[in-house]
Amino acid sequence: MAHFKKKNAGSKQEVPTSAMPDVVFMLLFFFMVTTVLREVTLQVRVNLTQAENIEKIEQKRLLSYVYIGPERLPGNKLGEDKVQIDDAIIEDIGAIRTLMYDKLREQPKLIVSLRVDENSQFGLLTDVQEELKQASTFRINYSTRREAN
Amino acid sequence: MLLKKPKRESAEINGSSMADIAFLLLIFFLVTTTINVDTGIGLVLPPPLEDDVEPPPIKERNLMNILVNQEGRIVMDEEFYQLGEVKARLIEFIKNPTADPNLAETPDLAIVSIRTQRETPYRIYVDMLDEVMGAYKDLRDEASRANYGVPYGALEEDSPQQEQVKDMYPKKISIAEPNE
Repeated sequence: MAHFKKKNAGSKQEVPTSAMPDVVFMLLFFFMVTTVLREVTLQVRVNLTQAENIEKIEQKRLLSYVYIGPERLPGNKLGEDKVQIDDAIIEDIGAIRTLMYDKLREQPKLIVSLRVDENSQFGLLTDVQEELKQASTFRINYSTRREAN
Repeated sequence: MLLKKPKRESAEINGSSMADIAFLLLIFFLVTTTINVDTGIGLVLPPPLEDDVEPPPIKERNLMNILVNQEGRIVMDEEFYQLGEVKARLIEFIKNPTADPNLAETPDLAIVSIRTQRETPYRIYVDMLDEVMGAYKDLRDEASRANYGVPYGALEEDSPQQEQVKDMYPKKISIAEPNE
């Protein structure tokens, strides 16, 4: 009976790992650069609605967000619909005008991204839009998710 | 007498754990990164009306009034429509293939006016707007395919071709203030 002889590898085979830290560092830098840490803490609940015919906004630095939705109250409760800009809830709708006007002065190509909860009513949104018109920030964007088909 | 100092061992920082540290950081940034592109429906608001300036007259036939009421029912020019029917109706209104005297004269004169009530749910409103955008997208796609053989999205941004298709079907959407 013939014996099967195990072939011996001629030399030790090892994957060189000396370049691994370099690769890892490269990945690390990539993610460090692309990471945008969440800038605002949401004080209102925003569940975006879905739509099909949407466009992407590539220039993120032009964006300024306005959040509209039911206020988050302690104890997992939801309150009335409120408007949040940056980090604060805006109680006085009329203040949006000056706020947005200042932002427009800093960034003349400002796009206001309206992130509105799907269950809110149109009334509050239209008040905000009216203020945006007064502040001459005409470019707006209703933030939506892509419809999952 | 000088005592010869013992030869020092060469000082070296152990670099073998550097990879681990880098991995740790990498995992941290991997987890915290959100590569989310903002998507949404873009719109340009009209400038506020001056008190003493009358809005320009618009021929009734060029205006499509869409009303979304608080129950989410859609009324287009005094007729009820389902959400699914809106797009087809709009395309018919904008293109007006049969030269109907009640529909838009030419596509570039057509104006879509969306009116809502304060209690209208936002979701219904966005669905409605989505349909309007869809109608315009279909029309522009069609025009672009007929003239240049490519869909509208494939045309170069700000190219004369794109401008021409845009001029054929300008998106004229007016968001009216809700009536109480």
